Amino acid sequence: MAEPKIDLKNLKAGGFIKERGKDLFTVRLRVPGGRMSVDRLAKIARVAQKFGKGYVHLSVRQSIELININFADFDAVVAELGEEQQKVASCGARVRVPTACGGCEYNPNGLVDTQKSALEVDQKLFGTATGHHKFKVCFAGCPFDCPKSAINDVGFQGAVWPKLDVDGCIGCGLCAKSCTEGALSMGADKKPVFDAVKCIYCGDCIKVCPTGAWSAEKKGYTVRIGGKWGRRPLVGTLFATFVPEERVVDFITCVLTWYQEKAEGAGRVRLGDIIIREGWQSLLERLRSEFPQYVVQQTIAPQVIQTQLPLPGQQA
Amino acid sequence: MQTIDLRGVTCPTNFVMAKLELEDIETGTTIEFLLDDGEPAKNVPRSLKDEGHKLLGLQERDGYYVLTLEKGED
Repeated sequence: MAEPKIDLKNLKAGGFIKERGKDLFTVRLRVPGGRMSVDRLAKIARVAQKFGKGYVHLSVRQSIELININFADFDAVVAELGEEQQKVASCGARVRVPTACGGCEYNPNGLVDTQKSALEVDQKLFGTATGHHKFKVCFAGCPFDCPKSAINDVGFQGAVWPKLDVDGCIGCGLCAKSCTEGALSMGADKKPVFDAVKCIYCGDCIKVCPTGAWSAEKKGYTVRIGGKWGRRPLVGTLFATFVPEERVVDFITCVLTWYQEKAEGAGRVRLGDIIIREGWQSLLERLRSEFPQYVVQQTIAPQVIQTQLPLPGQQA
Repeated sequence: MQTIDLRGVTCPTNFVMAKLELEDIETGTTIEFLLDDGEPAKNVPRSLKDEGHKLLGLQERDGYYVLTLEKGED
């Protein structure tokens, strides 16, 4: 066999995607959380200009993709990108690059540091083989959920649980007005009344309180599991609340291990479908053994989204 | 007390207008802003708090809201 022209190790983790044209590939870059320095961006632009088509594509999962890269240039592309520590991403049955919103440093709604979480997951879990199918992780900083965490295999959403110092409350009513969920109303004594069932952990009451009477009793991530998009979409459902930021990698690892085991022999099947097949109780019990204080008492199976009418011959 | 009417002004223009009004006011002065119900009443107080002003109260008055605020340090 002839000496390969390129280093095939570069292909091992994926990220080089065959295009229509002969010898041409799309090169997907690794951009955890969708954030990068301007220097790195400039380097990518130079590489795209030198080896690509003259444009890049911004993927829906916050990656930059170089278009029309000839496979003979793989090594040079990887080497030049490496000058700015830019790596190539993955595809296939692996843990993908995590996506995240801007996080808490500049977004006034952000409750947790999603960028930090995305980087940590990228460093520790990126490329882990699932044995079955792709595995997507996403971090949203608050219940607005701009990155759509619930359509990922594991989706995290920033959350705070508020507590009130009644003596520090001046009865201004701003918290009740700010609470769009109706979890707060003003009582006859001019103090807020909290309806915990309606709270979605957004922290608006804490942010608006002029005296600091509302504060965070606990903070972390709400976790939804089993989501995906594609031909047969599923929306992930609630498995845990207030998972601390420092336990995120352990939590994903636990879900991943369960998936690796339970999907054995099932072929190319996503986590959500395995949860439906095995029952949500199985995953919940596994998680409870490691995260008893955060796992919910019960949940429901990932929810099927019907995106088309039944085809002829199918049941309605 | 000075009253600034921001009714009919959408977010975030209402916040920017409030900010501009506050530029000409002495620190420690109390001022009222009239805000529409909904997003303005929810967002403007929070944004002004983030800028370092002290929120004193929010009262409903015939379908709109009166935000009372003490100007903070520049």
